[in-house]
Amino acid sequence: MATKLPKTDAVIIGVGWAGGIIASELTKEGLKVVGIERGNDRKTEDYFMMHDELRYAQRHGMMQDLSKETVTFRNNEGMRALPMRRYGSFLLGDGVGGAGVHWNGQNFRFLPYDFELRSQTIEKYGEDKIPEDMTIQDWGITYDEIEPYYDQYEKMAGISGEDNPLGGHRSNPFPTPPMKKTVNMKLFEEAAKKLGLNPYVQPSANLSEDYTNPDGISRVACQYCGFCERFGCEYGAKADPIVTVLPVAKETGNFELRPHSYVTRILHDGNGKATGVLYTDLNTGEEFEQPADIVVLTSYVFNNVRLLLLSELGKVYNPADGTGSIGKNYAYQIRKGKATGFFDDKKFNMFAGAGGLGILVDDYNGDNFDHTDLDFIHGGMIIHQQTGQRPIANNPVPSGTPSWGQEFKDASIKYTNSTLTVSGEGASMAFKDHYLDLDPTYKDSFGDPLIRLTYDFKEQDRKLAKYLAQRCEEILVEMGADHVDTMQELEPYDVAVYQSTHNTGGVIMGADPETSAVNSYLQMWDVENLFVVGASAFPQNAGYNPTGTVGALSYRAAEGIVEYLKNGGGLVQGKKEKQSV
Amino acid sequence: MSTNDQKSLDAIDSSRRKFLKNSGIAAGGIAVGGALGSLLGINGNGEPAAPASTTPTSNPTENHNQALMYFTPEQFAITDAATERIFPEDDNGPGAKELLIAYYIDHQLAGGWGTGATEYTSGPFFPGEPTQGYQGRLNRQQIFTIGLKGIQDYSQKTYQKNFPQLTAEEQDAVLTEFADGNVTLSGPTSSHFFSELRAATLEGAYADPLYGGNAGMAGWEMKNFPGHQMSYLNIIEEEFTEIKPQALNSQHNH
Repeated sequence: MATKLPKTDAVIIGVGWAGGIIASELTKEGLKVVGIERGNDRKTEDYFMMHDELRYAQRHGMMQDLSKETVTFRNNEGMRALPMRRYGSFLLGDGVGGAGVHWNGQNFRFLPYDFELRSQTIEKYGEDKIPEDMTIQDWGITYDEIEPYYDQYEKMAGISGEDNPLGGHRSNPFPTPPMKKTVNMKLFEEAAKKLGLNPYVQPSANLSEDYTNPDGISRVACQYCGFCERFGCEYGAKADPIVTVLPVAKETGNFELRPHSYVTRILHDGNGKATGVLYTDLNTGEEFEQPADIVVLTSYVFNNVRLLLLSELGKVYNPADGTGSIGKNYAYQIRKGKATGFFDDKKFNMFAGAGGLGILVDDYNGDNFDHTDLDFIHGGMIIHQQTGQRPIANNPVPSGTPSWGQEFKDASIKYTNSTLTVSGEGASMAFKDHYLDLDPTYKDSFGDPLIRLTYDFKEQDRKLAKYLAQRCEEILVEMGADHVDTMQELEPYDVAVYQSTHNTGGVIMGADPETSAVNSYLQMWDVENLFVVGASAFPQNAGYNPTGTVGALSYRAAEGIVEYLKNGGGLVQGKKEKQSV
Repeated sequence: MSTNDQKSLDAIDSSRRKFLKNSGIAAGGIAVGGALGSLLGINGNGEPAAPASTTPTSNPTENHNQALMYFTPEQFAITDAATERIFPEDDNGPGAKELLIAYYIDHQLAGGWGTGATEYTSGPFFPGEPTQGYQGRLNRQQIFTIGLKGIQDYSQKTYQKNFPQLTAEEQDAVLTEFADGNVTLSGPTSSHFFSELRAATLEGAYADPLYGGNAGMAGWEMKNFPGHQMSYLNIIEEEFTEIKPQALNSQHNH
């Protein structure tokens, strides 16, 4: 029997970027917030031994324990889904700060085109441009409407950058100047300019100089130590919830963090109101009920969907007829369209770097190039990054080199600081048969069904990846690489190979309650006091890393929650939209 | 080979070693009973390594990390020889033996990585498609036990010798068969075992020395990887710069 605790204004499930931002905004308004987090609490001082590739990058020291819970995967409905027994394609964060701790800090705004993808594509190219099974949707919010929230988020995090010549307008300049330009970044810049492209330094959450944000939080500049991705930042230079929003929430005295507590159900009254959450203290096994006026679901994409399905909230997506919305439009990132350049007589400081250190062009992103004669839509950024090449993971050899033995050793050592990669980060479109639902066979440590992922690359993705790979090759040739290996064909999606932790969709936002789960404030259409925040809200994914947009949406959701607590009711009037699903 | 692990092998009872060598037991692979039957690892020179013994050595190695947590001496000897072929000594610098990679693998197998502590290990088990990742029921301790025995058995069958005694070319031929998945093992595929062995070898070459491999940071030195450094602010905009490596123990040395 669960112990019933005193009621709070809001309960947050999962204390990462989305949960942290909402906690800080609500507590500043004087609301009492309880943050429930399955993992441990942590602080920057804990990262004393952080520069350990084996512990954190190879053994996933900051990630969810898969023995307790994982996802199952199949490429299509004809296959038997099997559990992801070990990490591969994506990494699931765990503990306070969530994936916001182990991220690289690559921080982008999506393009105006992204938010009105379906209508703008049809307007310019006609209905026939969109394949029948492609279920892309508009977001129910335009770039101009989300811009102030991007601005708010970027000021909080102190994003470093320079204007994207092909991006949407900015109401304010970047809070801090761009990161430093390395020798190889300059090579890319010169090559891209020669090719008539528009290079710019990547916007970064690594912090190019000391910065104090509007909440009064001060952080020091990045040291380019090369340990961002899969690591926590021992300087607090990389923006994460622990060094930005959570101290603000704690300072108010209105925030209570409950680590090692696992939410198993969202409780509701059957009349469209959530009443709180049921959770288990993982240290004692005790079960608690935490009642609340507002429930905010801010775990990662997979558990946002899973917890709604387990709690029987919303309408389950049905891939057969396209009805329902929970689990719909899972999308990812097309990261394999790339080229690798080997330089015989040049060495670069590839051991150094920062997670958000790079230079890119958006000439082949969104609809920045004409698609009339192309058999795919959208595109992706093309980027050269210097994130810090770790020695276990980084053993580059030209194609045709054996994978072990003397020849391998010699080549991998020769090229370890002489290899530059230019890669496409392709947008990922939604398809009718790409979705999340509950697995019929495999269970977590509580005996609840795991989430099942059904996903594969489509013709759209193969064409897009190949196109981007060829553009990458052109740039590398111009950069003077002696040998370039270019991706030729996109193989089927493989869950065992790391690609990106850019999983999106499943609880998507939109203007129409029939085709989306949440409105543009991330408020559930069916349950007005339940907000589901994160990349789960993306109707499809753009050609950029998702965190900047998750941050912007979190600020918008926080505004919506405060508004709802004042006035109640739905924050947006749903409207019927013509969608061919 | 003036390496640390050679020193440790030299530390064994030399008269016993001589007896074994002269008796031809190791070379012939004859199984004998009693204490000698605890079978003998072979070092890279084709000489018998330490047999299981309860007699304390009179000349213990300086590196207290050079001891086994998981492997039998035979498993250690096979791993030591195989990893040296995967990552051999060459003009670039030391190979697996000198980097103590087999000790690294032994220590890793003894812990959570060996038992799959943070992996999803619940059934039911099905073979799965190649895109679904590892779906076996065995953990790495079991995979290495089966795979290393497979290497020894295959060497005996093909060359009538234990793997560590084969020439480098013969060892490469055996490992190629494993890498290509041509050897049938009871449980894992030989290619899966080999890929685990290869991955662990690279980890042992380049992980922080605190884990027992990358001896003397020599793996990092070959690659010009500076290890744990607090800042690259002064070189990030510069041409390639060589920096003397530093390991995580420096964090405890200030």
